[in-house]
Amino acid sequence: MREGRITRVSGFVVVAEGIPFPMMNEVVLVGEAGLIGEINKISGSKVSIQVYEETTGLKCGDKVVALGRLLSAELGPGVLSQVYDGLQRPLSEIAELAGSFVRAGVKSKRLDHEKKWHFVPVKEPPSKVYGGEIIGRVMENELIEHRILIPPNVKGSLVSLVNEGDYTVVDTIAKVKATTGEEIEVRMAHEWPVKVPRPFVEKLNPDEPLITGIRVIDFMFPIVKGGTSAMPGPFGSGKTVTLQQISKQTDADVVIYVGCGERGNEMADLLEKYKTLTDFRSGRPLVERSVIIANTSNMPVAARESSIFLGVTIAEYFRDMGYNVALIADSTSRWAEALRELSSRMEELPGEEGFPAYLASRLQGFYSRAGKVKTLSGKIGSLAIMGAVSPPGGDFSEPVTQKTIQTVKVFWGLDPDLAYKRHFPAINWLQSYSLYVENVSVWWELNVSERWRILRENLLSVLKEEDELMQIVRLIGSGALSERERAILEIARVIREVLLKQNALDINEAYSDPKKTLAIAEVIDYYREQLLEAVSNNVSLEKILSLNLGREIEKLKTLPLDKCLEESFKLKEKIVVEVSTLPSLVKA
Amino acid sequence: MTQSMRYKSISSINGPLIVVSNVQGVKLNELVEIEVGEETKIGQVIELQGNVAIIQVLQGTAGISVGQSYVRFTGDTLKIPVSEEVIGRTLNGLGKAIDGGPEVVGEKFDVNGAPINPVMRLPPKDFIQTGISVIDGLMSVIRGQKLPIFSGYGLPHNLIVSQIVRQAKLLRKQESFAVVFSALGISNEEADFFRVELERANILDRTVFILNLQSDSTIERIVAPRVALTVAEYLAFEKDYHVLVITSDMSNYCEALREVSLARNEIPGRRGYPGYMYSDLATIYERAGIVSGKKGSITQIPVLSMPDDDITHPIPDLTGYITEGQIVLSRSLHLSGIYPPVNVLASLSRLMKDGIGKGYTREDHFEIYARLFSAYAEGLRNKELSSILGEETLTLEERQYVKFAEAFEKKFINQGVDEERSIDETLDLGLEVLSILK
Repeated sequence: MREGRITRVSGFVVVAEGIPFPMMNEVVLVGEAGLIGEINKISGSKVSIQVYEETTGLKCGDKVVALGRLLSAELGPGVLSQVYDGLQRPLSEIAELAGSFVRAGVKSKRLDHEKKWHFVPVKEPPSKVYGGEIIGRVMENELIEHRILIPPNVKGSLVSLVNEGDYTVVDTIAKVKATTGEEIEVRMAHEWPVKVPRPFVEKLNPDEPLITGIRVIDFMFPIVKGGTSAMPGPFGSGKTVTLQQISKQTDADVVIYVGCGERGNEMADLLEKYKTLTDFRSGRPLVERSVIIANTSNMPVAARESSIFLGVTIAEYFRDMGYNVALIADSTSRWAEALRELSSRMEELPGEEGFPAYLASRLQGFYSRAGKVKTLSGKIGSLAIMGAVSPPGGDFSEPVTQKTIQTVKVFWGLDPDLAYKRHFPAINWLQSYSLYVENVSVWWELNVSERWRILRENLLSVLKEEDELMQIVRLIGSGALSERERAILEIARVIREVLLKQNALDINEAYSDPKKTLAIAEVIDYYREQLLEAVSNNVSLEKILSLNLGREIEKLKTLPLDKCLEESFKLKEKIVVEVSTLPSLVKA
Repeated sequence: MTQSMRYKSISSINGPLIVVSNVQGVKLNELVEIEVGEETKIGQVIELQGNVAIIQVLQGTAGISVGQSYVRFTGDTLKIPVSEEVIGRTLNGLGKAIDGGPEVVGEKFDVNGAPINPVMRLPPKDFIQTGISVIDGLMSVIRGQKLPIFSGYGLPHNLIVSQIVRQAKLLRKQESFAVVFSALGISNEEADFFRVELERANILDRTVFILNLQSDSTIERIVAPRVALTVAEYLAFEKDYHVLVITSDMSNYCEALREVSLARNEIPGRRGYPGYMYSDLATIYERAGIVSGKKGSITQIPVLSMPDDDITHPIPDLTGYITEGQIVLSRSLHLSGIYPPVNVLASLSRLMKDGIGKGYTREDHFEIYARLFSAYAEGLRNKELSSILGEETLTLEERQYVKFAEAFEKKFINQGVDEERSIDETLDLGLEVLSILK
């Protein structure tokens, strides 16, 4: 056994000496309780270790045992529907072992090694196999087919493969003779180091939107399957509500939710919702397609780091089966804070606001694991990463927000002023952007309407003009505006109230199908045209407003898809009939 | 073994920290006793470097001498004895009785507690009626929630807190409840005020006081809220009490944290507060909640002062990221004589949506909340416009909203310190002020 002794303890950082040939990122067991730690700095005979569990009670002289492997996830059937801590310990099992509270040093299996799964082979030996190839499948639950992969680092010829039947994740199901002549036993589960991205053949250009059912996202600032986005916002601006809503409604096949340094009650609420709510596409409980990683704010700080990596590794694993995966991380700022504390305890030179100089590269390393790829098995899979950012004081100029924005392609900026007005989702339309608009245009054209881009541009430009006009109003009052300008304000109001504002708590409103979203946008754009034309023909704006058409459009929000499409056609006719019958004023 | 380890090898003293050399077998976070003449001070090991231990002294380092004072390592973490007997008692920040009564005896618990396993939490759902309209109607407190009051110097947070404590009740059930009040660096007068208020409400015998007053050790403040929560956890999760924990003032706690951090030469974060303050505060606030299989609950209402009324200051900012909403007090409402001066737009209860409506309060609660909120926001906006541009620039409708906002503040928000309104009265009042808009 390779052992060393503790020479220093400071918070969750421990320095040990005497471990022979320590490896960077190697897992170690620290102290009598065998706390899990990871080596993250080596200088001579000294190693710095971040400990993933509460360090109370450690002392200098305690032994440290190096395990000779990197911090890894165990991947195989049984991963879905689990709630893990940052070290992939199922929290329900910890509860069985340790009661209602999480205590240090609890040892538990990551996957159930006793449960039998019904395995169906899809390959015939003898034949050549390569890493990442699919050799069988297991229906993990009624929703998800778990495809069993040859571990990515194994290749050679398949010597044997078991017949269809029930096996545990640790039973040998196949034997592969490697090119070196070594015979490798393959099980349904395999280990993968969490900090090493899983390999794939090539990255592809992402071109399909990840549908969230949230109009301001899908219509205005879309994200793609395989894309990256960040949602910064001060507390109370609705980050968690919006991200949880995405996790429930998205059309991804598998959703990984990482609660990193956030509230315990929120995790409890999410878990309850996942169990009771069903995915409307499949009719199955949401929990069947989900994995939750919960490391709440009061749980050990270092485990925030591992929770993010664990989440992305599990996500890549499902991507490798050819699924579209969405990873939601709430909040990446808490992860960055853990990095900062670690760096400071290791007495590294601080960069901006005390964060380590490698903050940007770590963030990039994390987000770069997203993408649409051709997997090793030749399938197409994708992983989209959406991260919440919690800037101190709501100040977006702070390092984590800035470095994140530099990295991601979609920026959903949450605005406290909108939140104060209870305009949710509080995504600021002037500040936010998506660099995927070009990518998804074809999808919209083929699947919804070729009018998407033009509508989007029309409506956004009204909102921009509204902003300019409001600056004038604040200076000299609304009396200074022309009829046309007032009309713009009215249209902008309708865009905000009907298209952008969406009640996540109302079941009729929470999910908006892209077709419904487009229908609403069409009506609003039509209203815009008619209003501006009428005003230019000297029709009184006051008269038009008294028709209360805005309120009629608003009713579309809560209609189901079919009804909404039907009503939107009628409403367009109504708009043209009613507006065109108003008399034109003759200028005096 | 370590029980008997006594060392005379203090090598340096810096503010609240002492450094002891040539020690062996010392554990992180271990409790130490420092003999200073007749007196024994206690401290905690916060860092170990080879045979050197850095200790944070909880009761002030005055009198400790290099080479004179003895340091004894107890081999155990800071634990306090708790039993049901603690109800009605007054303890100091370290959990020792200071009311002249007998010492509290009972099972010993580590003051740091342990994180509640997220899968064992039950989502909070039960509405607590505080009898204060603006809170019940617009930012309801839910049992198991942590909902802080963001106040400022000179604002009436003490009155509000004591009114909540006196009036708080559940609508449907009658169950045993207890109050744990922890005073952190507040004055003797303020602590007495609470005592009198609780006596007046006849609940003094259901209250535990943890006192760390202005005049007491500042570093003891780091432990005091943990002592309070250890008592609360015992009562809630061992003895089925519904415990309301009031902590005033968390800003003083944060100051103490900063003092220790700077003495350790740590790299300071924003405004000198340590970078780990978020995580540290979370280990306090996250001790609220309801646990599956246990009958009791812990609800926390911490009070903090926003320096210069600045909500982006690290103390309220980090708190807001952890707690489930916030009740923000407004100086301008206070100056215009409104009590309780709650800034409605900036306040929020995140758990409210799950604890109101049919079966909890009243079916129309959510709708009334939404209407009051948006009408008030509109009213304030128009009021601001009219103060810049003159009232005549407003349309008739806009003026109505201004009128509404004024009535809302005077009738709905404003209420007496002893006035208790049922949720029905609150909601009816809401409808009444809304009728101005028709």
